[in-house]
Amino acid sequence: MALFEALLELADDHLVLGHRLSEWCGHAPMLEEDLALPNMALDLIGTSRTLYTYAGEVEGAGRDEDALAYLRDEMEYRNCLLVERPNGDFAQTMLRQLYFAAFMEPYWKAALESPDETVRGIAGKAVKEMAYHIRHAGEWVIRLGDGTEESARRMQEAVEELHRYTDELFHSSAAARGVDALPDRAAIRPEWDRVIGEIFAEARLEIPQVPFPQQGGREMQHGEALGHMLAEMQVTHRAHPGAVW
Amino acid sequence: MVNVCHQESAEAAWEAAAAVPDPEVPCVTVADLGILRWVRLEDGVAVAGVTPTYSGCPATLAIEFAVEQALREAGFEARVERVMSPPWTTDWITAEGREKLRDYGIAPPVESGGKATLFGAPTVACPRCGSTDTERLSEFGSTPCKAHYRCKACAEPFDYFKCL
Repeated sequence: MALFEALLELADDHLVLGHRLSEWCGHAPMLEEDLALPNMALDLIGTSRTLYTYAGEVEGAGRDEDALAYLRDEMEYRNCLLVERPNGDFAQTMLRQLYFAAFMEPYWKAALESPDETVRGIAGKAVKEMAYHIRHAGEWVIRLGDGTEESARRMQEAVEELHRYTDELFHSSAAARGVDALPDRAAIRPEWDRVIGEIFAEARLEIPQVPFPQQGGREMQHGEALGHMLAEMQVTHRAHPGAVW
Repeated sequence: MVNVCHQESAEAAWEAAAAVPDPEVPCVTVADLGILRWVRLEDGVAVAGVTPTYSGCPATLAIEFAVEQALREAGFEARVERVMSPPWTTDWITAEGREKLRDYGIAPPVESGGKATLFGAPTVACPRCGSTDTERLSEFGSTPCKAHYRCKACAEPFDYFKCL
């Protein structure tokens, strides 16, 4: 069932980050961003839906996208810790977005060569959306990092806060390794380093040394933040089991 | 049930499904957009293959319902299948579809999908006056498939159907 677990890692990353972005809806600093953030949330949640649907088929236990998204507890989620971090300020949200998109774009590009037709189909759509996400987040990271004293300070603080969570992007849990249908996460690292390095140089940001990278999400050990988020995300579905549109 | 030969009813089913307008951009049909991939008759049931535009397009479900409904109204038993592969790109929009978008005030996608560079922006012509002296206001517009532009020649703001 390594494929099932690996699909869940991907789907959980997308759903959790998508939900986090959707929390900005109605709160963004300007109208254009108030449209952009939920737009990107829709991309991420849409990708998670196709991944959950496929994971459910692979599992063969009759679970659909809703069962996998709404009826698993925090200790069953396999997302990396980065995506569940609270939104913080706009600098933190944009940096988290950049870290994730800069990983997913080359990941989906590699998945275009997958022997699995469903994976190729999902990748073909997502890879182009992720290019938009990198561009959007990258422009903000540059604008804020190379901006005013205040914006530069807050962007560098965001880097200090979030960079320790990026290592986990390149790992799978033991249960999800060795899947032919999906790219090797570790192999994405050089491209991620290149893109982040270029953007950070332009943004005049320093990449911090991280002696102890934070991880555990892939092994279903999460921070306090995820439980609160899932409680809000799942409450309606759990209060009305089986309800449909 | 329809009492015509197989070939003719397959064509009738295609025509019924193809005429369904996009719920968010009603000037174009699902056939213009290239999201209706095929309609087949399987044991008397009209089966339509529909592909989503963007992963998170909220209209996907509405489009599937509308296609199924249109086939029923044309007298068929109907079913819709979601087709993920090959993925849709803006290259699937027909020439007629592009023309209809422009007439409606939405600039059609200008470049082939997948060519977007990291920080480059395409040159988009204003759908009202045709000037290419335009600027991007936001990469994310009123729906997931559109960006927001402004024409500096005629001062009109307009939607641009993003390349994918």
